[in-house]
Amino acid sequence: MYVSPDVSPDVTPDVRKAADALMTDPILSLDGITKIFPGVRALSDVRLDLYPGQVTALVGENGAGKSTIVKVLTGIYQPEEGTIRVDGQETHFPTAQHAADAGITAIHQETVLFDELSVAENIYIGHAPRGKYGLIDTARMRRDAKELLDRVGAEIDPAVPLKDLGIANKHLVAISRALSIDARVVIMDEPTAALSQKEIEELYELVDRLKAEGKAILFISHKFDEIFRIADRYTVFRDGQYVGAGAMADITEDDLVRLMVGRSVDNIFPEREASPGEELLQVSGYSHPTEFEDISFTLRKGEILGFYGLVGAGRSEVMQALFGITKPSAGSLVVDGQPRQIRSAAEAVEAGIVYVPEDRGKQGAIIGLPIFQNVTLPSLDRTSKNGFTRLAEEFALARKYTERLDLRAASLDQDVGNLSGGNQQKVVIAKWLATEPKIIILDEPTKGIDIGSKAAVHAFTAELAAQGLAVIMVSSEIPEIVGMSDRVIVMREGRMVAELEGDEVTPETLVRHAAGISEGSA
Amino acid sequence: MTDVSNHHVPDRLTTPLQRTLRSWESLLLAVAVAIFLLNTFASPYFLNAWNLSDATFNFTEKAMIAFAMALVIISGEIDLSVASIIALVSTAMGAAAEVGVGTPGIVLIGLGVGLACGAFNGALVTGLGLPSIVVTIGTMSLFRGISYIVLGDQAYMNYPDSFAWFGQGYVFWVITVELVFFLAFAVIYGVLLHKTNFGRAVYSIGNNPVGAMFSGIRVKRVKFILFLLTGLMAAVASVCLTSRLGSTRPSIAFGMELEVVTMVVLGGVNILGGSGSIPGVVIAAFVMGLVTFGLGLLNVPGIVMSIFIGLLLIGVIALPRLWNQFRQARR
Repeated sequence: MYVSPDVSPDVTPDVRKAADALMTDPILSLDGITKIFPGVRALSDVRLDLYPGQVTALVGENGAGKSTIVKVLTGIYQPEEGTIRVDGQETHFPTAQHAADAGITAIHQETVLFDELSVAENIYIGHAPRGKYGLIDTARMRRDAKELLDRVGAEIDPAVPLKDLGIANKHLVAISRALSIDARVVIMDEPTAALSQKEIEELYELVDRLKAEGKAILFISHKFDEIFRIADRYTVFRDGQYVGAGAMADITEDDLVRLMVGRSVDNIFPEREASPGEELLQVSGYSHPTEFEDISFTLRKGEILGFYGLVGAGRSEVMQALFGITKPSAGSLVVDGQPRQIRSAAEAVEAGIVYVPEDRGKQGAIIGLPIFQNVTLPSLDRTSKNGFTRLAEEFALARKYTERLDLRAASLDQDVGNLSGGNQQKVVIAKWLATEPKIIILDEPTKGIDIGSKAAVHAFTAELAAQGLAVIMVSSEIPEIVGMSDRVIVMREGRMVAELEGDEVTPETLVRHAAGISEGSA
Repeated sequence: MTDVSNHHVPDRLTTPLQRTLRSWESLLLAVAVAIFLLNTFASPYFLNAWNLSDATFNFTEKAMIAFAMALVIISGEIDLSVASIIALVSTAMGAAAEVGVGTPGIVLIGLGVGLACGAFNGALVTGLGLPSIVVTIGTMSLFRGISYIVLGDQAYMNYPDSFAWFGQGYVFWVITVELVFFLAFAVIYGVLLHKTNFGRAVYSIGNNPVGAMFSGIRVKRVKFILFLLTGLMAAVASVCLTSRLGSTRPSIAFGMELEVVTMVVLGGVNILGGSGSIPGVVIAAFVMGLVTFGLGLLNVPGIVMSIFIGLLLIGVIALPRLWNQFRQARR
């Protein structure tokens, strides 16, 4: 388990003082909310208040519980404990419809809309104006839609299909939809992740307009510049717990970063002595037309190289190019002293590079095949003879590596789909170790798995490095990066922005580089 | 015992006998035996070696294609152009026979055309990434269309006498050449799917094509080979069928692709890919052959027969699911 928060009192802002500055009653108020999933306490006694005409920024690392609270707010999850108050009245949202009826609407990162339907239909789906005989009054719907679009400052023809719009305009349609159901609480979950600078400015203007209309806005973002530009208040979660709230005016960037990451991380990760050996991998000038540019780094035997960045910084894309899934447009690769061109995953495995993907269900495990067949799939050349499979050899190989990872399963013949996330991850790692690789790339290796399996994966990663494997670990979890890496490369918007080593690797520097905060701006 | 044994994970929890008894193939085998018994009681002409031998023609040609089709469907694709490949192969062989090519030449030309058709399908599916159901509906019209253009309302009938061996020959007593082909291909495809690395790749692709690619399987190469195989098996079936009929018309084997797919699905292959077996397809071939033959002996017309086959397919697939629902409802 994580150690308790270690925040000195002077950085915890005084909540009462902040409340005085923005005195009004909240529209929506959550208190003591606890949400438990099997093996995980996703939210533990958290609180969140949203005020009319104000933007509240919800700040926290990945896994802090931000998405979970959004799902509680929109009626998708039911909390085990805690109260929800709307206008001071206690209520609860057994379904998403109940939350919508209470005027709560969420605009998601990947906006859930209908590509083939028109803009007007998207805005009014579920509550379209009816005309004669109960049929949809298309003319009125389009007129009303036009009005709403004008209100958010969008120049969009309501009759065109949604798929013809860019991502920014899709957001505006989603916001118009929120207005159409007369939402009082608008949740924006990383709304600027896919937008250009100009589109972001337009979004800010829109948020200001929504504020003026008295909506309460919950704004979730990892980007500090935009939080300080747009928010009136902040609430910070860490590891599913509430750690603080207050007015933006009363806090500095530095203090907010400390509140967000404030914990000591050294004692929960395996002790290891970094003793990198000879150079194993040299990547020079790797570029991709849209995803990343000019990525160059080296990797030594026995080293753990961390890759940190925000979601969408291009880390996974770089790794998939190294693994031969996507083609780089430029750049070269030297593996173990040999120049290599890797055009497919099969070639990467031949070169000794393996990849444990972030999307375990789709790219990692082959659900439907038994555990042992998952493990031996890339190693069939070694377990077979003249192309004919030999089950005894397969079971032996699968047993050797799943035992090393302490896999918990009913039998090796069990469908890998019946395992927990953590055990599926162990099968995927076992699959790659069985190929006896030189370089292993772990992409968010502990995402969505329970704490026990997390510790096992960490311990095992350290052991692999000690045995001379070169490890690249992509992670969005700061403690994991800080606790495990010998060296860290930080990426932002497809580029390498920092390479940190030793004492330079601290939560604060990582957040600064990833979010693009200049040194000493606070 | 050591610490590790606390979480000892056994290789398997079931014995081979348990797995066999619980399998789809056992259920299907029971159905086959039941149909055989019913037929024996329904018609006095059923239990006759020569009649039964004749009956095998009902399924041998389709089943040969069904083996390759089973692999394609397990990999998550489908090939609906097989009956049209039969027509195009037969047309090419007929044209060759017209100009005096001998039997070995005719067969080689036939197999070559089949492989070329399969390569065309495979290139469109793997090279351009098009959905196989669309590609092969297209080539279904294309291949047969070429036969119609070449032949119109004519027919090729000038096959050399020795060519008749494939569809009309006997190896021993009542055992036909086609039946031997059928059994040989059953073994070849059974081994290919269940005992080789290639077969394992087919299963992995059918369960999760992206995951298979991320595991270093050369997905496109495997799929291309599978389309080559259906093309080749359609050509083998075309050799047998053309030889048996002794003539080529452009309407030859019309609609056979659906009977082949029916056989594969009846054999327990998941139409969405990922699971299925060759023994299942072999038993399904016998079931379909026995039903058609038995009904034929009772003078049931062809249209009604296809109704029976349809009901059989739905029935055999729906029954286990209904049974499970019934058991769960009682809990």
